[in-house]
Amino acid sequence: MEKNIKFVQGNEACAEAAIYAGLDFFAGYPITPSTEITEHMALKLPQIGGKFLQMEDEIASLCAIIGASLTGKKVMTATSGPGFSLMQEALGYAIMTEIPCVIVNVQRGGPSTGLPTHASQGDVNQASWGTHGDHAIIALTASNHQDLFEITVEAFNLAETYRTPVILLLDEVVGHMREGFVIPKPGKIPLVGRLRTSVKQGVDYHPYLPREDGRLPMSDFGGVHRYNVTGLFHDMWGFPTDDPKSVHELHRHLIDKILNNVHLIEKHKEYYLDDATTILISYGSSARSARHLVENRRSRGELLGLLELQTIWPFPYGLIRKICADARYVVVVEMNMGQILREVKIAIDDPEKVFLANRIDGSYITPTDIRNILRLIQGKGV
Amino acid sequence: MTEKTTILNLPEEELVHPGNRACSGCGLSIIYRIGLKALGRDTILVVPPSCLTVLQGLYPIAATQLPCLNVTFASTAAAATGVLGALRAQKREKTTVVAWAGDGGTSDIGIQSLSGACERGEDFIFICYDNEAYMNTGVQRSGTTPKGVITTTTPIRGKLQKKKEVPAIIAAHGIDYVATASAAYPLDLYDKIKKAKTISGPRYIHVHTPCPAGWGFEPRYTVKIGKMAVETGLYDLYEIEHSKFKLTGPSRKLIGKKRKPVAEYFKTQSRFKALSDKRTEEVQQEIDAKWEGYENE
Repeated sequence: MEKNIKFVQGNEACAEAAIYAGLDFFAGYPITPSTEITEHMALKLPQIGGKFLQMEDEIASLCAIIGASLTGKKVMTATSGPGFSLMQEALGYAIMTEIPCVIVNVQRGGPSTGLPTHASQGDVNQASWGTHGDHAIIALTASNHQDLFEITVEAFNLAETYRTPVILLLDEVVGHMREGFVIPKPGKIPLVGRLRTSVKQGVDYHPYLPREDGRLPMSDFGGVHRYNVTGLFHDMWGFPTDDPKSVHELHRHLIDKILNNVHLIEKHKEYYLDDATTILISYGSSARSARHLVENRRSRGELLGLLELQTIWPFPYGLIRKICADARYVVVVEMNMGQILREVKIAIDDPEKVFLANRIDGSYITPTDIRNILRLIQGKGV
Repeated sequence: MTEKTTILNLPEEELVHPGNRACSGCGLSIIYRIGLKALGRDTILVVPPSCLTVLQGLYPIAATQLPCLNVTFASTAAAATGVLGALRAQKREKTTVVAWAGDGGTSDIGIQSLSGACERGEDFIFICYDNEAYMNTGVQRSGTTPKGVITTTTPIRGKLQKKKEVPAIIAAHGIDYVATASAAYPLDLYDKIKKAKTISGPRYIHVHTPCPAGWGFEPRYTVKIGKMAVETGLYDLYEIEHSKFKLTGPSRKLIGKKRKPVAEYFKTQSRFKALSDKRTEEVQQEIDAKWEGYENE
């Protein structure tokens, strides 16, 4: 079989990956710079027997996929900052009710309408803490289309495994950039299917009673089992409860199922870290510039390395602490005011060696931008 | 208000600068220019994300000479409510607050705040320029996209659902003035805005606004195509004043006359290319039935 090579926008690569992962229901609302995902789904999904819906807003989009997921489908929606803000209530609902779903946020400049067609990574904290209440969430990102394809499939796998919404935190540069990638052969990337209950019809099914491994088998809503789903704290039957023991247990379950499995969830890439004295930490499109700089400086003998994060949440504190232990400088490269910087400072023992190389003017951060900041940090002057 | 405005007695003062960012042939740029002449300088605009915010441009190419609150997508009428409340609290009774939104910002994401404002009886004018899809993001279907139209989110068979009748929905709130207009008849729109200004409470004007880029026709045909929508009886110009329906202007003149076949209108735009003969015939029958109703009144 010939290689299935594509040369498309990142948004299209993401859409193709979702279809590869078994997506069969997409609901969305057009918003720059994510619209191409919605448009691609409108064209492709009906041709493979899937369902595409354009909804009346982003609130409706997320709620529609929540309903469809509970009823047995693999689901996704795509949006950008303003739409992601509107989705926050329903996002919390999906966390509380443990509905697998994938939400793509192709970041634009913000706050508010901001810079619809420009580069930014300002929604990192929002992805975790945009919705109210204490919780844990999974958010992934990628810097190139090949990785984006695999990470998108991974997002679906994690959503099914942990019964949780997964945020795909892309940015405008990756979303709109055209680059080549290969669509892997079917089966090359393992897919996690829906874990359905083995409880037969007529036998009591407890929708919120975790198995020993913490996973919750699902029963297609409206199928053979009749059960209740609510955004209120609930018992193993899914009925509302304010019993402190039940509330405590559910709260711990929602958080522990993710935070206890960081080692299984976490994904990253390492470049020249073995002997690096200066370590760049970056993610998404800004990691492209960081990688370019690292390779360029390495050829001149500078001991520069790059840690590219692909899992943003849950944040890999242990990994960062280990990798940065012996570094002289740790420089976080991102297009915001230091949202990952803050987490890195928490992660490592000597936060005074952590610096920020950023750009927040809507322009893509270049290798030169990073190099100039690096020279200042290293005391080499401007 | 029986005197009809003509090109000769239109105010000369321009409140929209030329050289703005509208596409060539943009229907919105016609109605915005003429609409602001009718509204006058003592007006505050509230506008959600839409083609209008693009038309208004980036500094220094700013198109509007009026204060404009460019607010979030879902909240045009809510923000207008706030502006209005503060103005009235300051005893500024004469300043007109105008919400000016596209069809998405009116009929889809914006309808909740619009409905709320109409129910509360807010003293503002809401103008919807209906170009029948999300043109600002690159032609996705909206609630007011007609059935059968190809957009980037209805790319194969066209939209499966009918156009949402927004003026009827707003009229159902029992507000005192609802009107429809067309970018092809800007002076009719001018008179309707002038009339709306004499009425208090919520007033709603829905303007059919041809879009060359989104509808698939040459920019020079904007007015021609807008007129055809009216002349075929597909899109009617009317007023609902104090719950009384009345056809107006060019639509009123069509009563008892032979209308152009709607197929001619469909042929002028590439967005209708997926339309079957059967659907065209259905639309023709719907138009004929609608007009039979008008003529028997």
